[in-house]
Amino acid sequence: MNETFLPHEFQYASAEHQSQTAISGMWLFLASEMLFFGVLFLSWIFCRHWNPVGFDVGGGQTEMILGTINSVLLLTSSATYTAGTRCIEAGNARGLIAFCVITALLGLTFLGVKFGLEWHGDLDKHLFPGPDFAIQGAARAGAQLFFVFYFVSTGLHGLHMVAGIGLVAWILWRARRGDFSAAYSTPVSVVGLYWSFVDMVWVVLYPLIYLVGRSP
Amino acid sequence: MNFWLTAATPAATEVDHLIIALLIISIAVLALVFGLMLLYMFKYRSGSDVNRGALAQKTWRIEAAWTTGTLVAFFFLFLWGARLYVQLFQPPRNALRIYVVGKQFMWKVEHDGGQREIDAIHLPIGMDIELIMTSEDVIHDFSVPAFRIKHDVLPGRYETLWFHVDKPGTYHLFCTQLCGIDHSRMIGQIVALPKADYQRWLAQSDAGETLATAGKTLFMRYGCSGCHGSNGAGGPQSESTVHAPSLAGLYGSPVTLADGSVVKADDRYIRDCILTPSRQRVASYPPAMPSFSGEISEEDLLKLLAYIKSLSDAGVP
Amino acid sequence: MNATALQDVPPPRETQESYLQDGFSLRSWLLTTDHKRIAILYLASITAFFFIGGSAAALVRYNLLVPQGMIHSAETYNRLFTMHGVVMVWFFLVPAVPVTLGNFVVPLMLGARDLAFPKLNLFSWYLFILGGIVVLYSLFTGGVDTGWTFYTPLTTAYSKGHVVATVVGIFIAGFSSIATGLNFIVTIHRLRAPGLTWFRLPVFLWSLYATSVILVLATPVLAMTLLLLAFERIFHIGVFDPAFGGDPLLFQHLFWFYSHPAVYIMILPGFGIVSEIIPAFSRKPLFGYSFVVWASIGIAVISFLVWGHHMFVAGTSLLSALVFSILSYMVAVPSAIKVFNWIGTMHKGYIHFDAPMLYALGFIGLFTMGGLTGLFVAALAADVHLTQTYFVVAHFHYVMVGGMVSAFFAGLHYWWPKITGRMYPEMWGRAGALTIFIGFHLTFFPQFILGYLGMPRRYHAYPPEFQVLNVLSSAGTTILAAGYLLPLAYLTWSLLRGERAPANPWEATGLEWKTPSPPPTHNFTVTPMVDSAPYSYPTPGSRHRHE
Repeated sequence: MNETFLPHEFQYASAEHQSQTAISGMWLFLASEMLFFGVLFLSWIFCRHWNPVGFDVGGGQTEMILGTINSVLLLTSSATYTAGTRCIEAGNARGLIAFCVITALLGLTFLGVKFGLEWHGDLDKHLFPGPDFAIQGAARAGAQLFFVFYFVSTGLHGLHMVAGIGLVAWILWRARRGDFSAAYSTPVSVVGLYWSFVDMVWVVLYPLIYLVGRSP
Repeated sequence: MNFWLTAATPAATEVDHLIIALLIISIAVLALVFGLMLLYMFKYRSGSDVNRGALAQKTWRIEAAWTTGTLVAFFFLFLWGARLYVQLFQPPRNALRIYVVGKQFMWKVEHDGGQREIDAIHLPIGMDIELIMTSEDVIHDFSVPAFRIKHDVLPGRYETLWFHVDKPGTYHLFCTQLCGIDHSRMIGQIVALPKADYQRWLAQSDAGETLATAGKTLFMRYGCSGCHGSNGAGGPQSESTVHAPSLAGLYGSPVTLADGSVVKADDRYIRDCILTPSRQRVASYPPAMPSFSGEISEEDLLKLLAYIKSLSDAGVP
Repeated sequence: MNATALQDVPPPRETQESYLQDGFSLRSWLLTTDHKRIAILYLASITAFFFIGGSAAALVRYNLLVPQGMIHSAETYNRLFTMHGVVMVWFFLVPAVPVTLGNFVVPLMLGARDLAFPKLNLFSWYLFILGGIVVLYSLFTGGVDTGWTFYTPLTTAYSKGHVVATVVGIFIAGFSSIATGLNFIVTIHRLRAPGLTWFRLPVFLWSLYATSVILVLATPVLAMTLLLLAFERIFHIGVFDPAFGGDPLLFQHLFWFYSHPAVYIMILPGFGIVSEIIPAFSRKPLFGYSFVVWASIGIAVISFLVWGHHMFVAGTSLLSALVFSILSYMVAVPSAIKVFNWIGTMHKGYIHFDAPMLYALGFIGLFTMGGLTGLFVAALAADVHLTQTYFVVAHFHYVMVGGMVSAFFAGLHYWWPKITGRMYPEMWGRAGALTIFIGFHLTFFPQFILGYLGMPRRYHAYPPEFQVLNVLSSAGTTILAAGYLLPLAYLTWSLLRGERAPANPWEATGLEWKTPSPPPTHNFTVTPMVDSAPYSYPTPGSRHRHE
């Protein structure tokens, strides 16, 4: 027999079997996450329909520059993680480790910009919904609703990012232990799927948050 | 203990017919299902040596048959229920309007003539009656089993119900949407009276002024006359300097909005104009109307509505 | 028959001793990843929740003995029926069959050694217990009075109960559901024994597959809805309150988008169980196997399209009402098809009346009645009168309690020998089935009449003319309660004194019966191979095991 024997869990017939199963599991989990975030997107559409003016006014208060910087950071991090996955598939564990570090750093920077800078600024400007909400007048109700979405969706997205960075760190730790090789890198791909999904959620959130109310 | 409930309106009787049909169909299906099950439990019990013969091989014909039968029966029931539902919720024109405000835990009722009631509605038989309902707090539900009618009563909007009572009597009114601690005590009575008795009741009630008269006072007090004119005439003809639409003849007529769509100026429309004017800007007028959200109570809103209706022929009760 | 070795690496503990003997410490149970032990952990948990929810129900029916309410405080009453609903829906009905019978039987039926993700399975039990603790904490420190449906703005702005704690508990339990569903879908796709093609799968597996799809896709919607609800309640600003530009109907749409498919999560596994039992106890293949399979898939799909039938008087549009009514009729068609197919299976069979069969027959009767009354409320004009009354309460209890709980007991008795290695006492089993059937009708049938007469649901006190029917219903609950306590007693007894069970006491088909009773930890030492259709009962033939 020429193939290297790869260990696997007892309920699987082969390592390949286990690997494919793990990937299907992650896809299914992501399907449930799509329904989870989908409710937010649907509610945004619905509330904007009934409060177009307020949403535009609220949307105009968001920090588009910070949001765009964050988009660049996040998209780049997906690229770097994918590069890391390609490395390990070619047997280059050191490449994987390096790209994991870069990905995690990009993710942490994103969180710093989002919560350290952007939310900080939003709270200073009294944009958190409540009795001292900054926007007054006819647009107040709609703008408050907009900011409900803003804080809930970016907060949840941030939590998912934290989980994602944790997972990337876990991959980094395992890679340093020598767990991965050209023949076996399933967990790397599985985490990559999750990371890409978190990226995709941001890609949908970005226009809903930053581009509304800014059409020429 | 009784097994049937008075049907005090013609619509209620029709709903009963639908329910009886559903009952008959259900009993027939149950008889079939239980009958076959019991038959087979006896005939094919393991100890019996009745001849079982060969088993059916091509079963799809049977499957198609009972599937089709089921679909046809269901479609028929859907059509019947739908048709009746449309009638139940399309109020006729020129119905007598009565206003209901639900709150934890009572029903406040106001008649056009200013008569007010709590947890009761006196009304005449033999006339179409329309209820305009809203809530001051949570979602309630206005339910009169004898009329086979109910509808949720929501805060922030108007919902309507209509009926035509032909049997005089006193009927239960229930709140049927859980609204808090005393949900089960938010009950009352519908008192359906022959026309003469109803007139007598109207005259005897301590009515004060009519809703429309009270509304006119509020129209001044809230400053509506400042832009729309003291008689709601509005526009440049009035003494006001702001270019505001005329309210005379408004109620019931079509209005063109800024986005080009045309809506009917009904109760909901007028209420929304007062509370959230920015949501539906009227064509060819500047968006200058302030919002009165949070400043006018539901009951005052109803009075203003009654006054605005009185400015239009269609609104005369 | 060629037997292939499962794989090149033997399982860690190659032993024929049963899974029950594979470790006796508490650790070996609380840290297990064996699907069979996890099923037992879940069984104990949902039984406890069933009795908590059932006690609340008993108190509710006690209150309704007199028109002014036996329980003095309306607030307490409102909290009791809310607790009953919350505990029964999320901590009994939704999980019960999948996490107990499903967890135990699915790998065995597939010829697999465990689920695809055993550690995720254990984690899902931890989440379930955590969610349960949070909800119980909330309930026992005062509870919630909003009904299990949590309508806004009552919940967001007016209720004084522990709304946030309760919805957090449900949120956590929701992820337990998603994990279980995910595990089942992946397992059924990937761990089938050689030769076990999709259209050779027993219907129980198809049902759980359909159920799992709903679990994975519908539950996240509830999770987000409850999150938004909690946010609104805490910060007093949000999407469901008209005072702030929101819409309470949005809450209802989102809530029912999950909660309607949820009821199919509850019943589909029951359909699956009955589809196993009727053939086994009629000694005949299931009539119209592929129709039953497609009906299960059809139900899962259409179940996502009918949520608006909970809102016919809520203030939605006429078009919405029409669309949801016709779709609601359509979702009833596949269920009807199943009932006809089960009866078709009995035709020309050799019927045995063991307890599982009695429960299954009871299921068909009770579910058919419940389903038929669904036709009443699907008819728009009839629903206007019947909604929010005891008619609807009776309807859903017929399908959920009469239906689903009967099916659960049917499956529990059917697979009890496999799970425990013991037979339950047959006479007591039949007595239990009969007691539940009778007690159930006595409790819930009067409620159909009460509802037609106009008695609203969720009422602490009611007009006196409704008293006689209420007393009848409450009296019925004593018999129903006895019916539930009986199995608790004799099944527990059987664990110690029951007759030892052979591998296949019912001489049924299915891979689970090819292992010893109870099975060893890793189920199969050698992968079974499948080369025939399911339910290939010998025709004609009676069972060899004596009556």
